[in-house]
Amino acid sequence: MSVLVYTENWDGKFKKLSHELVSYAAGLVAMTGGNVTALSIGNVDQDELSTLGTFGASTILSAAAAPQGLDNQVYASIIAAAMEKTGAKVLVMANNSAGKAVAPRVSAKLKAGLASGVSALPESVFPLVVRKKVFSGKAFGMVKITSEAAILTLAQNSYEVKDVGGSASIEAFDPGVDVSGAKTDIKDVQKQEGKLLLSDAEIVVSGGRGMKSGDNWGPIEELAGVLGVATACSRPVSDEGWRPHGEHTGQTGKIIAPNLYFAFGISGAIQHLAGVSSSKCIVAVNTDKDAPVFEAADYGIVGDALKIVPELISEIKAVKG
Amino acid sequence: MRILVCISNVPDTTTKVRFSSDNTSIDENGVQWIINPWDELALTRAMEIKEDGSNNISNVTVLTVGGAGSEPTLRKALAIGADDAIRVDADSSDAFYVASQIAAVVKGGDYGAVLCGIESSDYNGSAVGGMLAEILGVPSVSAVSSLNFEGDAAVITRDIDGGKEVVSVPSPFVAVVQKGIAKEPRIAAMRGIMMARKKPLQVVPAVEADALTDYQEFVMPEPKAPCKMVEADNVKELVNLLMNEAKVL
Repeated sequence: MSVLVYTENWDGKFKKLSHELVSYAAGLVAMTGGNVTALSIGNVDQDELSTLGTFGASTILSAAAAPQGLDNQVYASIIAAAMEKTGAKVLVMANNSAGKAVAPRVSAKLKAGLASGVSALPESVFPLVVRKKVFSGKAFGMVKITSEAAILTLAQNSYEVKDVGGSASIEAFDPGVDVSGAKTDIKDVQKQEGKLLLSDAEIVVSGGRGMKSGDNWGPIEELAGVLGVATACSRPVSDEGWRPHGEHTGQTGKIIAPNLYFAFGISGAIQHLAGVSSSKCIVAVNTDKDAPVFEAADYGIVGDALKIVPELISEIKAVKG
Repeated sequence: MRILVCISNVPDTTTKVRFSSDNTSIDENGVQWIINPWDELALTRAMEIKEDGSNNISNVTVLTVGGAGSEPTLRKALAIGADDAIRVDADSSDAFYVASQIAAVVKGGDYGAVLCGIESSDYNGSAVGGMLAEILGVPSVSAVSSLNFEGDAAVITRDIDGGKEVVSVPSPFVAVVQKGIAKEPRIAAMRGIMMARKKPLQVVPAVEADALTDYQEFVMPEPKAPCKMVEADNVKELVNLLMNEAKVL
């Protein structure tokens, strides 16, 4: 039973997420047998494509023609065509913005059951049963895919990248889809270049209402700068306009899973924790010793974040040079 | 032209989730049911668009797929301002089955736009909106944080990695909306609650459709180790633990 993995590119480049996806697909074929085929859409050069082989892809289909921007309908048609060509019975995609936009369309097109946001390999493959978070992280559900083909979308930073040292053959792929038929007309793109994406950051430094004012964010930004990581905030902070909405992590904001999450002056409302509870390690600093954030945290300090953050900066500078 | 807003009936986000004794369904005892938060924002934006008057949107319809127990949530949506409501009398546990039910309703009406929340806070599938668009063969735009009509097209802002994109799609389309689509969810006023009782709520039977997934069992996460507390005057120790014990720094 072969597996197809859709590897999105960012201006012609792959990133760690792409390698996680291929590694996950390789983990799947270890259970099902068969091969991993990676599908790339858009212009990616041969050298970049071939890197996917080292993580376990044996074939790479490169569909060079792509619409100007993400047109969900056209992308779904290209991916569905690749499923048909390879005869794959499982499709792996990222549970990121493009994955969330396109995977449901492919699911409906192929009548392939979708389990979204999985973070581990299936419990079984015949039938395919996989564990996924439900109720915003308060529980897990065991989802059985009852259709012949399945689509799994993988949560970012949840599966270990494994370099297996393989190599892949690269094939140009014509999906027979008219990309000029895209109905999504891109009018304008506003992108912050060169800034680490919150979803890609392995460490996130986050502040809540306990920071008392948007003017107090200097130390948080400095700590993020020292570590070379991203900043985030709780909902009241973005609602107050202290920080941009794009930084809001929580149930209705960004859902992230970094290796380390610093929560400064965040009480830890259930909706906030829903967005960060998949972090590998959570550090909480709060003046209230009974704040719910300490129930979710691995390490905690009862104290004023405004005092602790500068101390943390100098300690980290001291050990990291 | 009408806007259809799809509503999920979900447990209040602060609910402590418990399951039935065989772990195959949620224990509904003491659960408060609400409009899924993203759907509530979608409804708010739909009302704003209708009231704006600079487009040809004449009506906002809300729809849910579910049993009679989901009707109070639909009435809440009517109290917020929707003109009429449809309940498809069917089980709502599989996204494709639900999308198929909604598609049947859309095909029978003059809907220029369908708005869905980006996910429901119960199964967190992020699936119904995209599936619906595919079944209908219409464009879909996901992660929508702003939506306006210009004639028969919509001008939409969506989130992309590291930024935003402004796109335009022709009507009809499906918009999968997220935070930012409306500033605050609109709250029902007393007058709205009174009027909601008289607004039409139509119950339609389910159509034949496949389910592609089945939840076998629910499990609670493993209890985590208690938080290790560090004294406020010993930040050095915290750094030491993060580097040498957790190995994350």
